[in-house]
Amino acid sequence: MSRALVSVPPRARRGEVVEIRAMVQHEMETGFRPLPQGGFVPRLILRRFECDYDGATVFAADLHPAISANPYIAFRLRATRSGELVFRWIDDRGAVREERAAIEVA
Amino acid sequence: MRRAALAAVALAALGAAAAAWAQSAGGDARRPGSAFMSRETQAMQRDDKANPGMLSVLEGEELWKAPAGPAGRSCASCHGADAASMDGVAARHPAFDPARGEAIDLAGRIAQCREESQGAPAPRREGRELLALTTFVAHRSRGARVSTGEDARLAPTIEAGRRLWQARLGQLNLSCAQCHDDNAGMKLGASTIPEAHPTGYPIYRLEWQDIGSLQRRIRGCLTGVRAEPFAYGAPEYVALEAFLMDRARGMEMETPGVRP
Repeated sequence: MSRALVSVPPRARRGEVVEIRAMVQHEMETGFRPLPQGGFVPRLILRRFECDYDGATVFAADLHPAISANPYIAFRLRATRSGELVFRWIDDRGAVREERAAIEVA
Repeated sequence: MRRAALAAVALAALGAAAAAWAQSAGGDARRPGSAFMSRETQAMQRDDKANPGMLSVLEGEELWKAPAGPAGRSCASCHGADAASMDGVAARHPAFDPARGEAIDLAGRIAQCREESQGAPAPRREGRELLALTTFVAHRSRGARVSTGEDARLAPTIEAGRRLWQARLGQLNLSCAQCHDDNAGMKLGASTIPEAHPTGYPIYRLEWQDIGSLQRRIRGCLTGVRAEPFAYGAPEYVALEAFLMDRARGMEMETPGVRP
């Protein structure tokens, strides 16, 4: 299983806008790299990134071959209630990598 | 005449101020590779949640605790799960290995431990396993002062490294020293030439989109001057690393470094 680093402030005030950051280990093989014996290294990239907050998807992104290895995604979120953030990365083969982090809103 | 004397006094005062400033900064004019980077890349290196090298540290930590070899021993079985015994180890490598009678670099030492103590297959140089373990171990030295070279037995290796450093190589007929000693801080194409202090290795190089060793970095310079690079693990790399670490003695380790 690959490694992931997510950054979620453990506590926030209600209504506060907080920065969420997520980085995951992935080669993002573009499919454009030629092999010495001809042909190409088969493409294997992360296709989609999603973030659920307390059960609802609050952020999603489609990823493409030009995105670097170990993609780093940062976005802002309005903290409305205590709950769990679920980060999900889905690759070309449909494999899913999940990471979770809790946020406490007072 | 009087004006010239005044100017001389002013110059002397300036000189004294500069000396005082240098002293307050530790009197060390050496600058690590990170000092030459953009502010954005420096911020990326400083922030453990944005530094992609930390992914290798995490990977190395898992490998550290995972059993390997027929006896099912992990690194943690001998050295402890938190690897506290590895603190500062990277800052004194390459080190002299009395059993072999020669210098050994950190990755070589880890590979040796894996093969001889755990009985696992020798990990491939520049392979994921060895890079991750080396990054994990070297990360425990972050903030430690480089001390390679305090061991007198390393002197012949450091001298061999110095000769390599000063030797003109390749079709361009350039030595390492011509760029990194004589023209450090100047530009080569669009890139700034750093002073080549190996304090952040293994580094995450944005150009590679991956973590890599000093040997890989030196290979980049060797092919740059159109020389044939040494094979991974060659004693020439260990000698160069020993020389560079001795040259960087007293500087702070910053593994995992991020470099453009």
